[in-house]
Amino acid sequence: MKGIIFFLIGIFFGITMTKSEALSWFRIYEMFRFESFHMYGIIGTAVVIGAIIMTLLKIFKVKVAGGGLVTYTPLPLNIKRHLISGTIFGLGWALVGACPGPMFVLAGNGYFFIVVVIAGAVFGTYSYGMIKDKLPH
Amino acid sequence: MLDDLIYPSWHWSISGLAIAFILFLLTMAGRSFGVSTTFKNICGLVGAGKKNEFFKFNYKEDSWRLFFIGGAIVGGFIAGVLFPNPYAVSLDSDTIFALEKLGIVYPTDDSLGHGFFPDNYFRWDSLKAWIIALAGGFLVGFGSRYADGCTSGHAITGLSHFQLPSLLTVIGFFIGGLVMTHFLMPFIL
Repeated sequence: MKGIIFFLIGIFFGITMTKSEALSWFRIYEMFRFESFHMYGIIGTAVVIGAIIMTLLKIFKVKVAGGGLVTYTPLPLNIKRHLISGTIFGLGWALVGACPGPMFVLAGNGYFFIVVVIAGAVFGTYSYGMIKDKLPH
Repeated sequence: MLDDLIYPSWHWSISGLAIAFILFLLTMAGRSFGVSTTFKNICGLVGAGKKNEFFKFNYKEDSWRLFFIGGAIVGGFIAGVLFPNPYAVSLDSDTIFALEKLGIVYPTDDSLGHGFFPDNYFRWDSLKAWIIALAGGFLVGFGSRYADGCTSGHAITGLSHFQLPSLLTVIGFFIGGLVMTHFLMPFIL
């Protein structure tokens, strides 16, 4: 039953990615060329409003499903790891013009070639899992 | 009147608000907003968990994400196929000119005309397109797992929780994105 709730939130996410144009390969290219404020406006608004909401939930000790409070388990700070891993992701993000969420939404929009990108991403994830113990974390 | 509400794209402020609302909904549902873990879950579902504990699919912890992604695909169908914006993304004219130099014509290289994906460039019968798609996807999958999150997990969720590791990761996203867009794509595409 709980699955239906996440399915509905997912539908809203898919509609949002489409109507925001954040799923657009062209919008990502435009963003990295600093030729439009559009993507920065979206991410900036989401982070500012998101931070306000998360802070209020913490201040008022709002209980979430399962009875717990809003928490965040921080990653151990490792500047090298964050910058290197982020850069690897960014190289791919700009090339295929889609981050993970939009990849799936593009498939729903009827751009089926994106499944090749998803296959590459699954293989990349698998490769990381096989060699992760050799990487600095 | 109603048509003007359902079909067009949204202003960036409405879109940002909607994303923050999704973060709120998933947080209230007791989950952390992050899409890239889906790739790890797919690895687990096709049996990689037997070889490596890292990929193990934990139904109680992971199944919600599959429902979410299923919904995301349906949401894309609703917004893009059932109620599509009749106009293509209004891209900046300098961007369109730069794309032309790369050999991508806007918006005609998007077969559906939305300005969402250049699928006349990334075609099924182009070996180059397959290599770019697989290599680019590989970088996204490898990078997001190594980073322990992607745009949703770090740029939205992590920054909303004032996480320094997320800020550094997002800086990395832009280092990689800028290098690819300005220095590598002219040679690759």
